[in-house]
Amino acid sequence: MKSMAELDEIRKKTLEQISLRSNAEGVRVVVGMATCGIAAGARPVMKALMEEVSKRNLQNVTVSMTGCIGACRLEPVVEIIEKDGSRVTYVKMTAEKAVRVVLEHIANGKVCLDLTIGAEEAKK
Amino acid sequence: MRDLSLHILDIVQNSIKANASVITIHMGEKAENKQLVLEIADNGIGMDNDFLTRVEDPFTTSRTTRKIGLGIPLLKESALKCEGKFSIYSEQKIGTKVFAAFLINHIDRLPIGSIGDTMITIISANPNIQFILLLDSIKGEFKLDTEEINKTLKGVNITEFAVLQWLKEYIDEGIQNIFGGVLNEVDG
Repeated sequence: MKSMAELDEIRKKTLEQISLRSNAEGVRVVVGMATCGIAAGARPVMKALMEEVSKRNLQNVTVSMTGCIGACRLEPVVEIIEKDGSRVTYVKMTAEKAVRVVLEHIANGKVCLDLTIGAEEAKK
Repeated sequence: MRDLSLHILDIVQNSIKANASVITIHMGEKAENKQLVLEIADNGIGMDNDFLTRVEDPFTTSRTTRKIGLGIPLLKESALKCEGKFSIYSEQKIGTKVFAAFLINHIDRLPIGSIGDTMITIISANPNIQFILLLDSIKGEFKLDTEEINKTLKGVNITEFAVLQWLKEYIDEGIQNIFGGVLNEVDG
């Protein structure tokens, strides 16, 4: 049985960790979560992103959602927006690709070129 | 949509777009007519009568990137294909309520899917919105209110992954307690 006492334990543990973090502006990860994105599988992609960011203990990375950006046939779409405003758009995402993006792009700064919208459009 | 939890995720996006600050998701069993009812209510900006009469039409949308909006028509389709019901009520500046009913044992009724995953997805992306999840059946009631969770958390963000993980497990347990054996996809 899950209890509020458990939640309070989580709170205490988290508070200890929070003091170690800085409040610097960080990387924003945005998942397209309109009808088209959801139908194409955006929810597991977003969950994988949240899980991986937490597992790798990446600080100042926020995962959020947005509506339809108009490229429905390329959903699920994930955008990585850097501190300076530059952005990389990944298309046709899956949970596995999301894990790779967190590891290679967000953690190690190396863009996964083969998953970007540019690479997808070049296939035509 | 493959299951009801994905429909919920989709319909809730409309509430978020309508600037709602409180969104209530209610799923309940109506034992007397063997129905599962789903209600999603918000206190957003609402719709005027003109938009409300057109909103079930796929060629109606508030978005500007395309001229088609499928969220509401798809949910209506999912309800009607299992001899269910669908309706939508809205008043400007007061809010909107989307109602769908599904015949539980109809072969075309969608499974409920992972309500826990849907909830943590919307909560983590919209920590400033109060979400209330209500489940009920002949077995009892379950309620999750993010405002109460925030009170317990006192300063710790609800978007912390450990908190989200706990929320998902808490909701999954609620689903099992309320709908186990009531819906054939949930183990009793």
